[in-house]
Amino acid sequence: MSDHHKETFISKYVFSLDHKMIAKQFLITGMFMGIIGMLMSIMFRLQLSNPGESFAVLEWFLGSKWAPGGILDPNMYLSLVTMHGTILVFWVLTAGLTGTFANFLIPLQIGARDMASGFMNMLSYWFFFAATIILLCSLFVETGPASAGWTIYPPLSALPQAIPGSGLGQDLWLVSIALFIVSSLLGGLNYIVTILNLRTKGMSMSRLPLTMWAILITAILGVLSFPVLLAAALLLIFDRSFGTSFYLSDIIIGGEALHHTGGSPVLFEHLFWFLGHPEVYIILLPSLGIVSEVMSVNTRKPIFGYKAMVGAMLAIAFLSFIVWGHHMFITGMDPFLGSVFTFTTLLIAIPSAVKVFNYLATLWKGSIRFTPAMLFTIGFVSTFITGGLTGLILGDSALDINVHDTYFVVGHFHIVMGLSAIYGMFSGVYHWFPKMYGRMMNKKLGYLHFWVTFIAAYGVFFPMHFLGLAGLPRRYYTNSAFPMFDNLTDINSIITFFAIVGGLVQLVFVFNFFYSIFKGTKASENPWESNTLEWTTPVERIHGNWPGEIPTVHRWPYDYSKPGADKDFVMQTEPLKEGKTEH
Amino acid sequence: MSTSKNNTSKQLLWIAMAGIFMFFAGLTSAVIVRSAEHGWDSIDMPIWFWYSTAAIILSSLLLIIAKWQVKKGNSPSIYVLGALALGLFFGYCQVKGWDQLTAMGMYFVGEGSNPSSSFLYVITFAHLVHVIGGLVALIITSVKSLQSKYTKDNYLGIELVSIYWHFLDVLWVYLFVFLLYSVK
Repeated sequence: MSDHHKETFISKYVFSLDHKMIAKQFLITGMFMGIIGMLMSIMFRLQLSNPGESFAVLEWFLGSKWAPGGILDPNMYLSLVTMHGTILVFWVLTAGLTGTFANFLIPLQIGARDMASGFMNMLSYWFFFAATIILLCSLFVETGPASAGWTIYPPLSALPQAIPGSGLGQDLWLVSIALFIVSSLLGGLNYIVTILNLRTKGMSMSRLPLTMWAILITAILGVLSFPVLLAAALLLIFDRSFGTSFYLSDIIIGGEALHHTGGSPVLFEHLFWFLGHPEVYIILLPSLGIVSEVMSVNTRKPIFGYKAMVGAMLAIAFLSFIVWGHHMFITGMDPFLGSVFTFTTLLIAIPSAVKVFNYLATLWKGSIRFTPAMLFTIGFVSTFITGGLTGLILGDSALDINVHDTYFVVGHFHIVMGLSAIYGMFSGVYHWFPKMYGRMMNKKLGYLHFWVTFIAAYGVFFPMHFLGLAGLPRRYYTNSAFPMFDNLTDINSIITFFAIVGGLVQLVFVFNFFYSIFKGTKASENPWESNTLEWTTPVERIHGNWPGEIPTVHRWPYDYSKPGADKDFVMQTEPLKEGKTEH
Repeated sequence: MSTSKNNTSKQLLWIAMAGIFMFFAGLTSAVIVRSAEHGWDSIDMPIWFWYSTAAIILSSLLLIIAKWQVKKGNSPSIYVLGALALGLFFGYCQVKGWDQLTAMGMYFVGEGSNPSSSFLYVITFAHLVHVIGGLVALIITSVKSLQSKYTKDNYLGIELVSIYWHFLDVLWVYLFVFLLYSVK
């Protein structure tokens, strides 16, 4: 790999092989999709708090077909819920998060010129881009986008004639997700081999920053679980388009019995959740890595329990493959099998508790620098705890049955997975922005962004637990048809209010991000006084990362406030003093 | 050829194969779940699938010999070409196997189909798609081999294609034995 070669506009910004540029492509595409996904959620929140009321803004966005007179069409409601989930889970928190930080940080933190295969890396982005275009196209088809939920359960997803969104929209969803899986696999393969093979001299596995461990484990999870989703999707495509009966049986539509016999929709659920549950950790693990790094830098303390952190992530990854049944407690599952899944699910509490304990122990008596990145990191710890606690209820089959498919579940997973992961992502953006663009993001806007997001997000998802305990089902277009839910309208209004506030404040972030790219204060090489290798690279971006030799690593990345050291941070490149041992 | 590049390529391949294995693990676990329920017809495995099994095992053996030969400094061409021919024969046998299934009244879809026959077609078809990838790699390796591009110090191409082909071989044997018992 040459250090720095001549680049054209196309090779630098479009079909770039440079991991840093590919990371930015993932980030900006992810942000764009995030805004779309968030807008969708605000649109369906308007319907939920004000069922049947007219909002000119809905007609403006969706047109008179899907919001006649400003009233959201029920089919479009289902589509918006489906696309919101799909975009946030896959586009923002999988590709947007991992694609950004894996690509950006792996070569920089392990000491490599680029990824093992720059070409595969580029392909990974362009498959993702193609998937994005197809998904966006599906918003404009006559019958509307897919509407069977992000989990695309059959029969809604398997029978094109079931509801409008089961038609072409669902086909495009499947094509898009197939391309997404290819992108994910290409990226994942590259991340794993790069971390294993291209580490600079001295960068042993035990000296890897926790971000690298987190990304490595995430990539392994992805490579092992996405192919199972592909298998599930393949069978679904055969059912939809070729008339097989893998998931379908004894279905009557409009008084006419369909020819499908012998299939089982529960089979799809097994296959889907075998990917679906690891997917939760594919989303969460990169953030676990990011916050570990940001926390150590900003508390000026070594991360507490480095080996335990790695062990906990490995344990979480392993357990994530044997808990999928907890999504299916009410599918008629044998109660004994249910208790097995309850047991394995509750085991996840152990490594999760190890991580929380270590985060709190790292924060304890630290000289905390409350940067926006650090605030989002603390926010992550908060949501990881509060969301994790409700997981104990949902992981227990006896309790889950009472709140299954209610807003309790929506509240739980948005806090523990959605908010935690997005806080990790924000934390990472604020922290590594100076390395990405050579400039600083505005701190005050960062604080405003954090506090309003933090309050609004709890304002949205905390009350949902009460809605769920009152029995309010998720995914319903309107609750006004059920008098028992009449007294919940006010809570729904509060949630919608906070959703709008939370949505608006993201514009502050977007403004801060783009403004700072061009007008932010110029950053120094190591503005956070951090130890890891990326902060030894020059501010000016070069393909190849270091102008001369790649530095050699002599120590782990968490030598902060080391007794006897001149400064409160000792970079990984600094040799150990004679007679001194590592941490 | 640097050791680092060798390691990287091999690791990429191994991890990709782990992914492919999970894809088939998904499909075969679906068979296990589905076959435990009602309406699962039994099927006699077509004789052509037995022939294809023999063909792919033999082709794998030829690739082992090809690697031995190139390591000794001899030309591996004849063995690589032999493996390619057997690989093509494997594909032919699979298609004939499907022919035989339809002759027995076991269809992929429609009136004569059953989840067991549909699964049989999907799994064998998905495997064949991966074999086609292997055949393309074998064609490239054959051409390079005929051009004497491989030496005893540089035979990464043969090594990689062998690993993948052995994987397809073991995978097929697993699928064949699995299907033999699960669609009975």
